[in-house]
Amino acid sequence: MADSRTPHVVIRGVTKRFQVGDGEVEALARVDLALERGEFACLIGASGCGKSTLLRIIAGFEEPTTGEILVDGKPVTGPGSDRGMVFQDYALFPWMTVKQNIGFGPRQRGLSRPEVDAIATEFVKLVGLAGAANRYPNQLSGGMKQRVAIARVLANNANILLMDEPFGALDALTREQLQHELLQIWARSRVTIVFVTHSVEEAALLADRVLVMGTAPGRIAGDIRIDLPRPRDVSSPEFNAVRRSLALRLAGEISAARTLQPVT
Amino acid sequence: MSEQASALPETTAQSAMPGPSLAKRRRTPERLRAVALGLGFPIVLVLLWDRAVAITGTRLVPSPRDVAVMMYDFTFGGIYDDAFSATILTHIWKSMTRVYGGFFLAALIGIPLGLMIGRIKFLQQLLDPTINLLRPIPVTAWLPLSMIFFGLGPNAAIFLVFLGAFYPILLNTVFGVRSVDVRLFEAAAMLGCKGSAMFREIVFPASLPAIFNGLRIAHGFAWILIVVGEMTGVPTGLGSVIMDGRTLSRTDLVVTGMIVIGACGFITDRIIVLISNRMLRWSPQHHG
Repeated sequence: MADSRTPHVVIRGVTKRFQVGDGEVEALARVDLALERGEFACLIGASGCGKSTLLRIIAGFEEPTTGEILVDGKPVTGPGSDRGMVFQDYALFPWMTVKQNIGFGPRQRGLSRPEVDAIATEFVKLVGLAGAANRYPNQLSGGMKQRVAIARVLANNANILLMDEPFGALDALTREQLQHELLQIWARSRVTIVFVTHSVEEAALLADRVLVMGTAPGRIAGDIRIDLPRPRDVSSPEFNAVRRSLALRLAGEISAARTLQPVT
Repeated sequence: MSEQASALPETTAQSAMPGPSLAKRRRTPERLRAVALGLGFPIVLVLLWDRAVAITGTRLVPSPRDVAVMMYDFTFGGIYDDAFSATILTHIWKSMTRVYGGFFLAALIGIPLGLMIGRIKFLQQLLDPTINLLRPIPVTAWLPLSMIFFGLGPNAAIFLVFLGAFYPILLNTVFGVRSVDVRLFEAAAMLGCKGSAMFREIVFPASLPAIFNGLRIAHGFAWILIVVGEMTGVPTGLGSVIMDGRTLSRTDLVVTGMIVIGACGFITDRIIVLISNRMLRWSPQHHG
């Protein structure tokens, strides 16, 4: 394991251009960033600001046009089991039961059947789905599916969770519950989390650190630390103050993008 | 990571699915209705056939009664006691070896090839034009060549059935692979799945609904083609029975052969549907 003082994830000089027809679109201007081990970072920004692109580059699904990503000091060359992605649309394997989905990663590592079974059982329990272990994804509610997706990457020993608007498609009650559960899991496992959202409230509730992204081209325009004690009380004046300042910052980015003036 | 695996409380899991019992109970009268309608229509057709033969007085078309007698003799013998009496099982068996010889050969080549063409661009560019050039050629057009290649006998029949079954299996498999959600490949890759495991673990199961569609269509073609296949001069088989009936002007034998082929195709199709419903339990589009 790498020295705990070195950052867990380093994003160094990453840019991304997409070929669109004959032209090129600059999705990400230069991004430099370091994430500490066990940090909970939220990427927040208007749609099209490149926050999902940045997440997909960290995951290794896409290559940066320039620059590189270092995890524990080693450059990322493709998807790897140290970085687990949780997709908004779950991306569970529909032909596998809950337990088989969760056991998929351990099985790919070549563990024996009893070992895979033990790990899968443990993580099925971790996300409170013991009663649904043998159901198929199409028999689950959205919240249950997302629990499976989270357990699936944790069971594979991912120590970086990349979450792409994971609760965006859920109803408000389920979302609140899953936010709460995610914080519990994070508190216990101390994995590093990069969480993409466009909800100011969600970022203020979850994050140690909020990275506000600006658009056209996408870039990190603000890096705000949130030091509120946990569990956070969403009705407290302190929480409201944080939320308001985040909202102002985000609104500033959006209007700045509209008038095409650089932010200082 | 195991030390932190104390469970979260079991959560609102009840919202997911209603129990199956309610749906099943509501389905029973609907089922009976479906069976009554499905059986009623062919009975009406047979009655119309009977009346039409009686009213026109034709001797070229057998009556349902003639066919029933022929069917009895074909199955148990004891009426005409000719070359066809009590031979039904032999003919069914021979035809089935050809139908399933061709069908399984087509599946054995078509499914892996389809999986690879769907995933590997080089193979697609190499093979796609040729496949689409060969595909519109009617199987009957291959009859002379197949007799030259394989001689008179069952192999030519198997080859023709293979040709008819191959394209639906191949094309549906390719289509299945192409329609797999890219996210599933990404999810598998991030969980450490790569190389040939990707085919076994993701591409194949994810394409299975489309593959079963292809198998079912191909299986139908295989039974359709058995008559053509057995035109190649084989002495036994349901197709050759029909050919013999034609040569001997015995239309009761022809219609009997037709009915047996229809029944075999129907029953085996139900078996395929049963297997596919079982294997695709997980799929929202299939529920057995």
